[in-house]
Amino acid sequence: MTEFKLNAEPRVVEPTVFELSSPGRTGVSFPAPDVPLADLPERLLRTDLPLPELAEVDVVRHYMHLSNFNYSVDGGFYPLGSCTMKYNPKINEDTARLPGFTFTHPLQPLETVQGSLALMFTLQEWLKEISGFASVTLQPAAGAHGELTGALIMRAYHQARSDSKRVKMLIPDSAHGTNPASSGVVGLNIVQIPSDPRGNVDLEALKAECDDTVVGLMLTNPNTLGLFDEHVEEVVRLVHECGGLVYGDGANLNALLGILRPGDIGIDVMHFNLHKTFSTPHGGGGPGSGPVGVAEHLAAFLPAPLIGILEPATDELPPLFGYETPARSIGRMKAFHGHFGMIVRAFTYILMHGAEGLRQIAEYAVLNANYLQARVRSTYKVPYDRICMHEFVAEGHIEGSDIQALDIAKRLMDFNFHPPTNYFPLIVHEALMIEPTETENKDTLDRFAETLIQIAEEARTTPDLLHQAPHTTPFGRMDEVRAARELVLCCWLPENYGEQE
Amino acid sequence: MTFIPHSESERDAMLAAVGIKSLDDLFAAIPQKHRYPEMDLPDPHTEMEAAAQLSELAAANNTVQELTSFLGAGAYNHYLPAVVDHILRRGEFYTAYTPYQPEVSQGTLQAIFEYQSMMTALTGMEVSNASHYDGATAAAEAVNMALAVFRGKRSKVVISPSVHPQYRETIRTYTQGMDLELVGDEPASDLASGPEALGSLVDENTSLVIVQYPDFFGRIHDLTALTAAAHEKDALVCIVANPTALALFKSPGEMEADIVVGEGQPLGMPLSFGGPYLGFFTTRKKYVHKMAGRLVGETVDNRGQRAYVLTLTAREQHIKRDRATSNICTNQGLMALASAAYLSVVGKQGLRQAAESCFHKAHYAAGQINQIPGYNLRFQDDFFHEFVVSCPQPVEKINAWLLEEDILGGYDLGRDYPALKDHMLLAVTEMNSKEQIDALVETLKEVNHD
Amino acid sequence: MNYPDNLKYTQSDEWINPEDGTVGITDYAQDQLSDVVFVEILVAVGDTVESGSEIASVESVKAAAESYAPVSGTVVAINEDLADTPETLNSDPYGAGWTVRIEGGDLSGLMDAAAYQKYCEERA
Repeated sequence: MTEFKLNAEPRVVEPTVFELSSPGRTGVSFPAPDVPLADLPERLLRTDLPLPELAEVDVVRHYMHLSNFNYSVDGGFYPLGSCTMKYNPKINEDTARLPGFTFTHPLQPLETVQGSLALMFTLQEWLKEISGFASVTLQPAAGAHGELTGALIMRAYHQARSDSKRVKMLIPDSAHGTNPASSGVVGLNIVQIPSDPRGNVDLEALKAECDDTVVGLMLTNPNTLGLFDEHVEEVVRLVHECGGLVYGDGANLNALLGILRPGDIGIDVMHFNLHKTFSTPHGGGGPGSGPVGVAEHLAAFLPAPLIGILEPATDELPPLFGYETPARSIGRMKAFHGHFGMIVRAFTYILMHGAEGLRQIAEYAVLNANYLQARVRSTYKVPYDRICMHEFVAEGHIEGSDIQALDIAKRLMDFNFHPPTNYFPLIVHEALMIEPTETENKDTLDRFAETLIQIAEEARTTPDLLHQAPHTTPFGRMDEVRAARELVLCCWLPENYGEQE
Repeated sequence: MTFIPHSESERDAMLAAVGIKSLDDLFAAIPQKHRYPEMDLPDPHTEMEAAAQLSELAAANNTVQELTSFLGAGAYNHYLPAVVDHILRRGEFYTAYTPYQPEVSQGTLQAIFEYQSMMTALTGMEVSNASHYDGATAAAEAVNMALAVFRGKRSKVVISPSVHPQYRETIRTYTQGMDLELVGDEPASDLASGPEALGSLVDENTSLVIVQYPDFFGRIHDLTALTAAAHEKDALVCIVANPTALALFKSPGEMEADIVVGEGQPLGMPLSFGGPYLGFFTTRKKYVHKMAGRLVGETVDNRGQRAYVLTLTAREQHIKRDRATSNICTNQGLMALASAAYLSVVGKQGLRQAAESCFHKAHYAAGQINQIPGYNLRFQDDFFHEFVVSCPQPVEKINAWLLEEDILGGYDLGRDYPALKDHMLLAVTEMNSKEQIDALVETLKEVNHD
Repeated sequence: MNYPDNLKYTQSDEWINPEDGTVGITDYAQDQLSDVVFVEILVAVGDTVESGSEIASVESVKAAAESYAPVSGTVVAINEDLADTPETLNSDPYGAGWTVRIEGGDLSGLMDAAAYQKYCEERA
């Protein structure tokens, strides 16, 4: 067990902005108003504003220091399963910041934002083409928001047919972690479907649950074991036969670009993660973007507004792009039109790749995962051992040692690697979920594999090295219990701040 | 291959290590008749070609830099200090994942902790989460939280008609699966009445009252009496606040709010055609276990260093699964960083200056417009940087005229409020000069003459 | 692991004291949960509960779980202290960490200590 010095005063590595604050300092100021001053309504004013006061250089150095404590894709290999931490091309950052895009208001008249609308309309079309769906909305803000959109659409579809007894959402045990919550928050009952020994959805268990109360099935395919379901068409057929719909969790679409269009095998609705598949950066936790595609029979339920062509092009004029509201729309999922900045990045990325480039992404993402799996499988047990897709799951357990997946994850940091996802999926004991992505070269994969093999050796010979890891990072293991029990969730300016002036 | 580094010989060596002959062998599990679909997509573009095409699309827009903008309604044209984007552009921040590995994520974690701290200070509350997608979804999550606080036993939510129409719509979308009674914003509701009118709708079945501050029409009301009336019935109150206005006006905490949400875009984020923005969410400490979203807490590492971790994670979807009050996972981490950088660099003084500038310029503009025959301020209440003007002609027509003069007019309120046909919502910020305001006034005068 | 002989046990890892109807989660349950950081009692004094209905929600640093009524009956007391000291579920699961007291319950069908111990060991 890691020990923490609970009673010692912790050493401050980087002060907070509140601690760096000094009364009277300013960074950026604003010009005095060039109009006659109006009377401020005294009775409505606040008397204190306890925000920090820093000079600009202090702010820059503070964030520079903080940034040095972060591991990032720009800094190294980030094989975080299920998260698709591929390289984020720099050009996307520049295109998203073109003044023509950043300085447009979402409520401007149509004729002043035709560039933005044309881009959004085109991305909708491209995503339809890539996924095989009839219609796409760009509004959802993230993957889970897309799932929520999808669950609401599925519910609305059944309601519109007055099929009100459908309350059950089937979710395989190899599905993404957000799926149960996404269904739960719209009031559906979750039924978990187990996996079979090859990591597919267990067909017998599925059959047993397929009845007239099924809203649908949320299928992650490839699933969180990194495996493509070998009877996916049968799974889809079973759900459709009982009147249910199939939701495809598109978080793992990186494995399928140009290989298979989910719409072609009968998936009814799916979200995309632009921040995974189409390389918009993860931003330390967001923003993401979670467009949703649907088959024809669900198109009327999409959230509003969609981007459409209001007036077709003529010989002289380009088309007029504008907003459309689907006939039976579930409503609006957020204010305005979606994460436009992310949409520009994904557009740029697809434009650079074309159809052939997208297929190569999937091919090399899958090759990299299989190569890494081949290199480590004799050291770490791979419980569902077959050709994987973009990721695979190994057991972080070494025969003859008490080392756990967590120790291996922390030790990897000492070799300047980000750890894989651990303890997920839940169906694998001490899971290490490894997704290398297509942008990593063979040398990196070799170094990572060799490091994992070395760590397995250390687990047997010098286990304490792992128990106490990481050693070379700026910070060590954290006292999570203290954080949760003491609940210090914010800091303040000192009590008598500024009074001496 | 654009961003794929493999040489042919490396690829072949890797295939051999896997024990297969070609890339095709990787996809044997994919149904054959659907494998390798045709996709009608553009040919691959080099970076140079892509950059040119994107520049062309961007140039097809008319920006608030080229036009003079008086458009607000939930997204505001404020000055963006240079520092903010320089910080956001650090790859260490923007190419990192969610800080699940705290040993190598202290940059993100401390920045979010400071964001939480500044948001609680600004709103006058006790805890803040690490963000929601935007103001509208944060408001919807406030409803979810209130329902959870009462464990589903109170099914009524009272919402002011002067909450942003798109927020109200989002709340309705989120809650359509629940047996929820949402009242107060019926089309016939009296828009001139103050917040007290809402108080009478609160009863023992009410879980939450939602009100906006300044409201959608820019008006500032003291909400203390409303929160007292709601608390009388043990209902919670959520105030949807504009963060710039909070530099000047009484904090929601001072007015006894239970939840404060809002759109963080004014704090250093570009308009960017509607996103990505930032939904902020603060509340009282006693509700922290019912709050959705990520939360950063202070702790210590095994070297005795002060450090930060994601905490109370058992509330969240990945652990609580279908019993979680929200399914949010990815949030607006980088935008939270933007607002933290913005608040740090403008600081207490700068934020006040910006807010005061908005106030004075908006009041100058309102005063001038009110003097034009045919144009009248619709409400007499105190306001911040937006106001409603009744117009002598349809707003659409006036805006078309203004656009001829390179002016982006206000929001057409008739779109959402039948009672406000021919009414325009104008926003004035520190970015609008007196000269621009005078030009707006002159042009409006001309419209009336026609 | 501790399995006091005087208590009765459920398959969902609650204990009940036959003498006064005091209910809590077992040593095995608190160990599985690890460090408890939040306990919410979902019933109030005077409520009638069905056997198997939810009486408390428990969150630890890494897990979330619900606790269920071992028997049907009337809630006569709840442990208000848990709101401030949830960690007593870990430190004293059979004592200060009790959750509620239910009166009038039928204890037949519950496991005795030996049976519960066997049940826990089988799951290990």
